[in-house]
Amino acid sequence: MAYLDHAATTPMLPEAIAAMTAQLAVTGNASSLHAAGRRARRTVEESRETLADALGARPSEVVFTSGGTEADNLAVKGLYWARRDADPRRTRVLASPVEHHAVLDAVDWLAAHEGANVEYLPVDRYGRVHPEALREAVLRDPGDVALITVMWANNEIGTVFPVRELAGVAREFEIPMHADAVQAFGQLDVDFGASGLAAMTVSAHKIGGPTGVGALLLGREYTPVPVLHGGGQERHVRSGTLDVPGIASFAVAGRFAADRREDFARETGALRDQLADAVLAQVPDALLGGDPAPGGRLPANAHFTFPGCEGDSLLLLLDAQGIECSTGSACTAGIAQPSHVLLATGTDPDLARGTLRFSLGHTSTKQDVEDVARAIGPAVERARSAGLS
Amino acid sequence: MTETSQRPLRVLAAMSGGVDSAVAAARAAEAGHDVTGVHLALSANPQSFRTGARGCCTIEDSRDARRAADVIGIPFYVWDLAERFREDVVEDFVAEYEAGRTPNPCLRCNEKIKFAALLDKALALGFDAVCTGHYATVVTGADGNRELHRASDMAKDQSYVLGVLDERQLAHAMFPLGDTLTTKDEIRAEAERRGLAVAKKPDSHDICFIADGDTQGFLANRLGGTAEGDILDESGAKLGTHEGAFGFTIGQRKGLRIGHPAPDGKPRYVLDISPVNNTVTVGPAEALDVTALTAIKPRWCGTPPSGPGTYTAQLRAHGGETEVTAELTGDTLHVTFTEPVRGVAPGQAVVLYDGTRVVGSATIATTVRRERAAAG
Repeated sequence: MAYLDHAATTPMLPEAIAAMTAQLAVTGNASSLHAAGRRARRTVEESRETLADALGARPSEVVFTSGGTEADNLAVKGLYWARRDADPRRTRVLASPVEHHAVLDAVDWLAAHEGANVEYLPVDRYGRVHPEALREAVLRDPGDVALITVMWANNEIGTVFPVRELAGVAREFEIPMHADAVQAFGQLDVDFGASGLAAMTVSAHKIGGPTGVGALLLGREYTPVPVLHGGGQERHVRSGTLDVPGIASFAVAGRFAADRREDFARETGALRDQLADAVLAQVPDALLGGDPAPGGRLPANAHFTFPGCEGDSLLLLLDAQGIECSTGSACTAGIAQPSHVLLATGTDPDLARGTLRFSLGHTSTKQDVEDVARAIGPAVERARSAGLS
Repeated sequence: MTETSQRPLRVLAAMSGGVDSAVAAARAAEAGHDVTGVHLALSANPQSFRTGARGCCTIEDSRDARRAADVIGIPFYVWDLAERFREDVVEDFVAEYEAGRTPNPCLRCNEKIKFAALLDKALALGFDAVCTGHYATVVTGADGNRELHRASDMAKDQSYVLGVLDERQLAHAMFPLGDTLTTKDEIRAEAERRGLAVAKKPDSHDICFIADGDTQGFLANRLGGTAEGDILDESGAKLGTHEGAFGFTIGQRKGLRIGHPAPDGKPRYVLDISPVNNTVTVGPAEALDVTALTAIKPRWCGTPPSGPGTYTAQLRAHGGETEVTAELTGDTLHVTFTEPVRGVAPGQAVVLYDGTRVVGSATIATTVRRERAAAG
């Protein structure tokens, strides 16, 4: 078995499992005033401090959510509503066209239901938004921009964005900028305080924590309109009983993600390079996705386009040999659509159907790379004979 | 001998989300084959939930199929064949009705999608066979060739809609339900026993791509609205009007909406459809009697018959058998009925059988009506 889909979810760290299971046995609602509640509250607040430290943020800037999708929705919708409420002219949303669907669909929803005027920023052939492009877009009318949302690193092709420079442009015009850093956390230096961002999304299960918990890093001067209404547990912008075991586990994983980041990036990056070399040796006309420049793509990401193949066919053939990866594209009822990321980079739609994303993680080994090296050539040959249906 | 007793094969099981294809896949897996499930996405914009008794085109059906595959313990994928299905089945369906014929889209789907587009892709990807939940039997004949036979249970037999398969397609077909001498209730019980949640799912029996079952409305929408035309009797006298000649079927009795009864008080049936004049001709039941037909685009399961032969024929999906003599001239099949038959609709397939064995099929093009004494 070669599990090479860590960008979808990565195995939980033993330490994170230990922290979670320990808390599962403890009773206490972190909002309760009695001793059990105080105990739970303490666990939550210590976890908040740990995560804040791991992410270069203040504890009060950590808003726990049910995961990356909720954090993205809170940032995009909540900041849009708050900014528009403060000045009805602010209806323009500037977004990259290669965002994860949690951002993309939230932005499209604002356009369909809340009068947002969504403008997709131009990207280069690697899917990257350049600060000059952002500046140009803002300058068309700095007074009507509600928010900017651009991811830290792309989940499909791995391209890393110049987030600090982009946030610098946003700051200059006093426009809040959100970045989805779900894929970046643990692989890149995502220092929230140094980034200049107003908001940043992270998720536990991409770094060895549990599914169902994430956080929105939110600058103290921002008060998005809530998406979920209720008890107001998290700074009155997010309601819902806090998931103490999940949060405790998230904090442990977050600590490891920050502490091990440089070693992880170096070691996994080397393994990823071996994987890329092996695939390109077996399939010389395969195209490696993302920016090839040093630091241009996530160290654990290896995205390929195989001309003349269906990614679906490759997935089936590799799955049958115990190699687990992803086509990297979105699904509707399991039907593969050409990736919006590849289409945004100007890739031909037929070509965009032949993609595979291998994403490595903390359990990846040299054996995984060898398994792929052995299987990929015959798989591509066979998938090509099946053609594009 | 059945497929399930052969050496282990790599099998691609087409799973609609219904109970039959789920049990078929489970039986193939249980027989030791290496089975992978695939659900065919045949609609570009699938609805979320089934309405009525659809069997293949909603996200819910896709989920049901996935759930069944998970229980059986086989890999499962969704393949998007919507474009091929639209071209080869839906457009063909519309064009046939437009031309005044009555197509069978299930037959077309088996010929062009399940045992063509799907089978070709399966073979290219290294599979040996495609498995479906059809009730029909494939056996290896004395000469080593593969033969398609009626299902053991004649009441559930679906060999008619598979009559378009040629020998190569049959060589890679697997129908694990075909030798089942069990009722549908027993198939459901088997599904229940296997822990398949689709055990209680209603049967699908309509055209899968017409979501609300309103074929007439679907055709009116596709063929540019309704164009009023005349309903005539056999002498050409106008009896009433209709809202578009398409959608009528030869032999149809209901839905004619002629205000007044026939002079003899007997029911009237659709005898002819003329799309060119947009007229529908009606008359008494005996005027439907057909003594012979010609059929085109023949497909043979094995060697085409030489010279005239005696066969039994089936003329529609749930029709009975009738004795015929048939002869092939070029690509035209001439079929003569021993006794006249009623309700033969151009566009439907005539499937020829030798005992239980499917010999081949062709698409009915013209019919010869029995001569009658003038109505008096």
